[in-house]
Amino acid sequence: MVKLRRTMMYVTGNNPANVMDAHLYGSDSIMFDLEDSVSIKEKDSARILVYNALKTMDYGEVETVVRINGLDTPFGRADLEAMVRAKPDIIRLPKAEKAEDVMEVDNIITEIEIKIGMEVGTTKMMAAIESPLGVINAYDIAKASKRLVAIAIGAEDFVTNMKTTRSPEGIELLVARSQLVLAARAAGIYALDTVYSNLKNDEGFIDEVKLIKQLGFDGKSVIHPRQIGLTHKIYTPTEKEIKNAIRVVDAIKEAEEKGSGVIALDGKMIDGPIVDRAYRVLELAKAAGVYKEDEQNV
Amino acid sequence: MKKLEVAINNWEEGGIQMEIKKIGVAGTVESSDINIVIEPSDQLGIEIYLQSAVMKQFGRQIKNVIEETLRNEGVENAIVRAIDKGAIDFVIKARTLTALYRALESNDYSWGE
Repeated sequence: MVKLRRTMMYVTGNNPANVMDAHLYGSDSIMFDLEDSVSIKEKDSARILVYNALKTMDYGEVETVVRINGLDTPFGRADLEAMVRAKPDIIRLPKAEKAEDVMEVDNIITEIEIKIGMEVGTTKMMAAIESPLGVINAYDIAKASKRLVAIAIGAEDFVTNMKTTRSPEGIELLVARSQLVLAARAAGIYALDTVYSNLKNDEGFIDEVKLIKQLGFDGKSVIHPRQIGLTHKIYTPTEKEIKNAIRVVDAIKEAEEKGSGVIALDGKMIDGPIVDRAYRVLELAKAAGVYKEDEQNV
Repeated sequence: MKKLEVAINNWEEGGIQMEIKKIGVAGTVESSDINIVIEPSDQLGIEIYLQSAVMKQFGRQIKNVIEETLRNEGVENAIVRAIDKGAIDFVIKARTLTALYRALESNDYSWGE
């Protein structure tokens, strides 16, 4: 089944209450942060807390991600030493600007995996792209390691570097977002969007999720449980879309059985991309729990 | 001479004793957390002074986690002052370790495998 990454909720790595409860709110992934949300003086305590949480807690089906500090800080290497051993599903590298940034982390992870007798390649990675140079190099970054399952855009640093600010329409991010999705698709990995910080503006949040879904993103980073349901609703196929997809799939199966070359539904020709999209709708619906193949019901 | 005796004892016991020379503090007094202060002690043993809203039910358990965590790190003598706000075991362990390594001014954790 296709892996859903519609929502990745940020969790401050040094907050025990959040670290304990983060998986209970229904996001597809949770991201324990050792980087920006943890003060310089508490880097050690967050690292030790997240390590012990991952070793102890059962987060069930929720994907666990840890955002480490960059290797250009005094904390990045120590974060990796701890986190490879703690075995989250994914280690997220912040501020990737070129392929070498990803390769450097990959090499250190390999070193640690060998040292502790873990199968090389077990630890997956995600890279955040947060600068103009990172956006320009997005495809090289996305292809830099077999461990990479996703790239994510971090908008706050990016817009600052671009000498602009974030607007409700997001025009300042359009090129970067598009470039990121292109790079991810070309590399065959997931693309995740940045956070939306204004928790009081649901309407603005919903508009942004609709926009990034339309651009092709697999999901969004969220900073509060209330943003999870709003995002999932937009990413879950509607009853009408599912019914239409079932009809497309049935039509192609029937045509295959009859051996007919051209497939038509309601007088319209169905070609490859339409069939692919129909399968994609059904996969998303199945993963979201609103459709079961056997029962053919919604 | 005394130092030599300690060294020989350690050698015979096969363990490394951690000597705490400074005060180490970690954790907060926010909900689900525990604030731990570790101080040097010239008495033998680990003395724990605990304040907790759930003292009657979990006081013994919290003290056990702190003591076990310190002993696993080779600490034999220490004074620990803890203010618990409903922390569960892995949080108590994490905060104790953080306070200890801060007291030792060391980053040389034994993460295990």
